[in-house]
Amino acid sequence: MFAYTVRRLLTAIPVLLIISFVIFSLLTLAPNDPLGDLPLTIPPEVRAQMRAALGLNQPFLVRFALWLHQFFINEPLNLLQAWTGLDIGDGNRLRVLSWATRSPVVDLIVQRLPQTLWVVGLAYLFGVLLAVPIGALSAYRQHSWFDQIAAFVAMVGYSVPTFFTGVVLIVVFSVKLQWFPSVYNTNLKVTDWPSFVAQVRQMFLPVLVLTLFNTSQISRFVRASMLDNLHQDYVRTARAKGVKERTVVLVHVLRNSLIPVVTVVALGVPTIFSGAIVTEQIFRVNGLGQLLITAIQGGDLPLVQTLTFIFAVLIVLFNLIADVLYGLLDPRISYE
Amino acid sequence: MSEAALDTEAVSGPAGRQVWRQFRRHPGGVVGLLVLVAIVLAVFVGPYLHGVDPNRISIRERNQAPTFVHPFGTDNLGRDLFAAVLAGGRVSLAVGLAAMALTLALGASIGVASGYWRRLDGPLMRLTDLFLALPLLPLLLVVITLFREPLRAAFGPSTGIFILIVVGIGMTSWMHTARIVRGDVLAVKRQEFVLAAQASGMRARRIVIKHVLPNVLSSILVSATLGIASAIITESTLSFLGLGFPPDFPTWGRLLYDGVSFMQITPARVIWPGLAISLTVLSVNFIGDAIRDALDPRALRR
Repeated sequence: MFAYTVRRLLTAIPVLLIISFVIFSLLTLAPNDPLGDLPLTIPPEVRAQMRAALGLNQPFLVRFALWLHQFFINEPLNLLQAWTGLDIGDGNRLRVLSWATRSPVVDLIVQRLPQTLWVVGLAYLFGVLLAVPIGALSAYRQHSWFDQIAAFVAMVGYSVPTFFTGVVLIVVFSVKLQWFPSVYNTNLKVTDWPSFVAQVRQMFLPVLVLTLFNTSQISRFVRASMLDNLHQDYVRTARAKGVKERTVVLVHVLRNSLIPVVTVVALGVPTIFSGAIVTEQIFRVNGLGQLLITAIQGGDLPLVQTLTFIFAVLIVLFNLIADVLYGLLDPRISYE
Repeated sequence: MSEAALDTEAVSGPAGRQVWRQFRRHPGGVVGLLVLVAIVLAVFVGPYLHGVDPNRISIRERNQAPTFVHPFGTDNLGRDLFAAVLAGGRVSLAVGLAAMALTLALGASIGVASGYWRRLDGPLMRLTDLFLALPLLPLLLVVITLFREPLRAAFGPSTGIFILIVVGIGMTSWMHTARIVRGDVLAVKRQEFVLAAQASGMRARRIVIKHVLPNVLSSILVSATLGIASAIITESTLSFLGLGFPPDFPTWGRLLYDGVSFMQITPARVIWPGLAISLTVLSVNFIGDAIRDALDPRALRR
């Protein structure tokens, strides 16, 4: 298992290098000029100086190598320094700077990360917590009215796009009933009970939208996996031995059924971040998704490059985690 | 010519009828098919019955509630919402179909190539893994912002964005089809009729077209239906983020995006386009489910 993990980690390095190269060349080869929005009255020599200041006058590969160095060596060292308080080498390292704000990209991401993790992460957690009992019950009572309704709701839940559920909820609960705010107040700090209530109220709708979506997706996996296990021989053996039905379902079947579900849940974690793009846009949550959209609209290439690459890192990382978890949880799987 | 006729007979003949019989047993699939047919009919025939130009501005009639003349009401410029939804639907469905066709063409050819020719398997599957590891929605957004202007200049405003979005969706969603088709091809390849064809000296390309492809058609069909649904969702997501179709050439997603700013005054502007997207995707997904069940040999035995 350990050897497998190490091998996967080592193969992840070239994969990530290729992905970063693809993203970088896509952004570079794109026929758009980062200075295109500037007034035409700027003289050419000033324009050339501005290009030089943005580092655009260097060859493509040099810029790519520079970005790699900044992203993989300088920024992790900075983060390490900030967390441990130690001084590692010279503190004046070159950082990936955002063109729009001129501040380090990583600082922007660190600012935005908590909102995304709270809203979208919480919705994912709720989704998993709801999906397991719903999926298990609908598999156990297959073809019952509960199963039929759950199947229909799940179908609706993942067919109806989140931007429509979100908008409908805003129309009903914010515009008509005025129970919840439609816009996420990002200046709100939780200090006492009323501000906590306000925070919960403003998180309610986005979390609800995403929870519905996540629950519908995961509950179908739980149901299918439960159905696979319910008809296995070991279940019949357990029942024949006189094991209580409760124990059969909850201990024997559910535990075995959750093994593939764990991997699906792990594979879905990166979608927390990319799925957040739409929801954050609807409810004006200033998380990573919104940061990406503003960066794309503003043509802030370093920020776009870094964010997209971080999403890619998450996907590769959680693919690896899912495979390793599968091997750890299921003794029948052997990667040796 | 006669050979081809015989083949289509074999596909749509008794087996096709059997699949159809199974399909009809799935209530969700039947309702989905009816709803989808209704939507397609409304979108393509509707404009002849409801002869209002979706782009006609009449400020006096702005932000109206539904009336007999304007069944869905009007927007802030007095344009008829019903006509706009019908027109938007044509674009949305066209994008869905075209993107699905591209996805299928890419996915099926990559799947067949890597399943049939072992030499291509390694590199093509690594390519598939690489694409699966890319953050697709962010990249799609980036690609569209970066290439929108040049394509618009090259092909005109509406055709340019149509090509860009269809190619973008097609290039980023072929991976699952490729994997499924590859698995099926690997199974079909081991069967004796393929061996017999190889022994008879048939060329590999012909074997693939005559023997392999017809046998993996069922999984291609299922991923086709699911591909339409996901293409429509992706297109409307892009439009909803303001990075899809322009406002003068709106799809359902764009209508929804434009309606969000006015949802306090005229909630109908977000409800109808959203409902149209949701119903279409829902019915296509139900149809896909029903086709999958109908083609499942385990279900046939019941």
